[in-house]
Amino acid sequence: MNATAPLAHDDKCLLRPGNTNCGGCGMSVGLTMLGRALDKAGDSCSLVIPACCGIVTAGAYPTTSYGVPTIASTFASSPAVASGYASIRDLNDEPGQVICWAGDGGTYDIGLATLSAAAERNENIIYICYDNEIYGNTGGQRSSATPAGARTTTTPSGKTEGKKDIMSIMAAHAIPYAATLSMAHPEDFADKLATALSMTGMRFLLIHSPCPTGWKSEPEDSIELVRIAVASGLFPVYEVFDGARYRISIRPDGTDPAEYFHRQRRFADDDIDLDETRRICAARMRRLEVLSQHFD
Amino acid sequence: MSVQVITGNHAAGYALSTAGEANRNSRGTACGIYPITPQTEIVEYVAKFPFSKGRVVPVESEHSAMAVTIGASIAGARAFTASSSNGLAYMTENIMVAGYYRLPIVMVGVNRTLGPPWNIWADQGDTLMLRDFPWLQFYCEDSQEVLDTTLLAFRLAEDHRILLPALTCMDAFIVSHTQTETTMPDQADVDRYLPDLDLPHRMHYDEVRTIGGLAWPHEGLSMRLEIDEAMKRVPDVYQECRQRFSDVFGRDPGDVIQTFGTEDARQILVASGTMATTAREVVRKRRAHGEKIGLVKIKMFRPFPGDALRQACATAERVAVLDRNYAAGTGGIFWQDTRAAFQGHRDKLLIQNYLTGLCGEDVTPAVIGDILEDLSGRDSAGEPVWMGIDTTKETLQ
Ligand SMILES: Cc1ncc(C[n+]2csc(CCOP(=O)(O)OP(=O)(O)O)c2C)c(N)n1
Ligand code: SF4
Ligand SMILES: [Mg+2]
Repeated sequence: MNATAPLAHDDKCLLRPGNTNCGGCGMSVGLTMLGRALDKAGDSCSLVIPACCGIVTAGAYPTTSYGVPTIASTFASSPAVASGYASIRDLNDEPGQVICWAGDGGTYDIGLATLSAAAERNENIIYICYDNEIYGNTGGQRSSATPAGARTTTTPSGKTEGKKDIMSIMAAHAIPYAATLSMAHPEDFADKLATALSMTGMRFLLIHSPCPTGWKSEPEDSIELVRIAVASGLFPVYEVFDGARYRISIRPDGTDPAEYFHRQRRFADDDIDLDETRRICAARMRRLEVLSQHFD
Repeated sequence: MSVQVITGNHAAGYALSTAGEANRNSRGTACGIYPITPQTEIVEYVAKFPFSKGRVVPVESEHSAMAVTIGASIAGARAFTASSSNGLAYMTENIMVAGYYRLPIVMVGVNRTLGPPWNIWADQGDTLMLRDFPWLQFYCEDSQEVLDTTLLAFRLAEDHRILLPALTCMDAFIVSHTQTETTMPDQADVDRYLPDLDLPHRMHYDEVRTIGGLAWPHEGLSMRLEIDEAMKRVPDVYQECRQRFSDVFGRDPGDVIQTFGTEDARQILVASGTMATTAREVVRKRRAHGEKIGLVKIKMFRPFPGDALRQACATAERVAVLDRNYAAGTGGIFWQDTRAAFQGHRDKLLIQNYLTGLCGEDVTPAVIGDILEDLSGRDSAGEPVWMGIDTTKETLQ
């Protein structure tokens, strides 16, 4: 195992300066917010990170950009490695969260069975998917989180299938907590991290994570893009307790989604059926409204 | 201590569980488990065991079984699992990780034919496909040897001079499901044999360290070299673990190779697992009639005990290597390593490969007799010989 000497002055920081994230990367914001939430809660964590951009973030041995114990797992295995690691923490009454930090490829695709099994066992871990809707690490291939119309290196003329609804899948496991987080809404983002940290059992958090490199967008547009995604209903922001109680955190304000597509060169204008997109967004929000009325 | 008539699977389950339990005053034990014929009884045994400080995680796949085991081991627990055949194939990515992470995980592998065609019978191809990973490998011939070797494997793997995972193997059904008389150690003796695990590189919840991230070529290279150095220390440390085993349990768990009649043998059979049991009986009978033949059982396959094998074959003119496995387009895997062990030492030694017992075929005394007959008629080695099938006629249409 490679031991890594800490940099004394910024030990306390979850994501330390000098990491290799691209400019405008959602991971940088997400990890910083996570670090702050842990500090605020007086909590600590170990990270389990599968193959993805998030492990590249660490940098090369013997340095690391992570100011916490961090374990790299195989691509599909982070929830299983975390299950074993957290089991020993619990058997020894040790403090600190065990947090998986995984991409959409590790979550929606190759690791889905592992994640489902950990959820079904209600493992005492937090699983965070930073969803950049693409395989960033390998240079931009489609995942089942890639939205319809997006051009990736393996969908050169635009993806024909829509984005997988991972939240419904996770909610169906009736885990204590599942929530979506948008970094355009930092208070809500922080509240949800605090909620997750205050609970035990399996907690699943989905972050819409801008990726200028994969989205072919400007780094300074990152937050604006995820803001439009929420405002237009493309990325609903809500939480689900025990798979049953739904609460919509931020309601769309009728913003037109067109701008979201215009500003990213992964979408070619003629590939996006805007009417169909608006219809899907509205239907999704209606469904969530119904679920939250019935169960709130 | 009690003597019971138990299967190889029972022996494995008992050894794994008592070893895990022996770590109860330290960080405890955990494992991921997943069933596959003919290994299932092992994980069922483990699932029933009343660990004082342990967790058995019934996962959704072998890939995750090893991943859970890895997570527990990184946290400093004694960790183990078991699998077989396609299960090992499915688990492979994480088996590799356990090795390169230098985690002293112990796994029991029940040797079963890899499919297709679907086949649950004995063949060593499954664990031998893992031969190039940094794992120690042992092949056992009965319940007692499975039990003893599994316990020894923990002590060896956890030794700070080694820190490598270990695989204890047994033939499907012939060992896994066959009951033989077995001396079962008490928990107290297992406790004495296996001190609390102290994993020097375990992760502490309050340290700043990243493991498994990117390392540049030269760092990667030095980590590979460290593995090689640890592998080279295994033969000596094995003897210490073996001696300590005898002291605690009053029984010799056996050497890395086990010889029978090799002192004066002109012809030597090299075999592993239950093939060695049968071969030993054939050799015993024939030696009684004055034939100068001998047997070398290879118990430890990784690291390959080349020195011991060369010594054991000092008087041999011809060597037959029996392989219950087949590396496509090449031949048997024990044969490949045996040839490599003699290269540059005795380049003229006749080393002939016999592929026998593949896909669960029986390796009977008659088959061993045929092998000896072929061997004694040779003045040079040839292509690997396929036993039990007429290679000029028999193919499946
Ligand atoms: C078993 C396996 N298959 C393929 C890869 C190659 N690989 C590494 S990361 C990756 C994609 C990761 O995508 P995602 O999970 O979305 O994370 P991101 O890179 O976008 O951050 C792939 C295909 C691998 N490491 N392991
Ligand atoms: S490719 Fe995307 S996810 Fe990966 S570091 Fe760059 S911006 Fe972040
Ligand atoms: Mg991704």
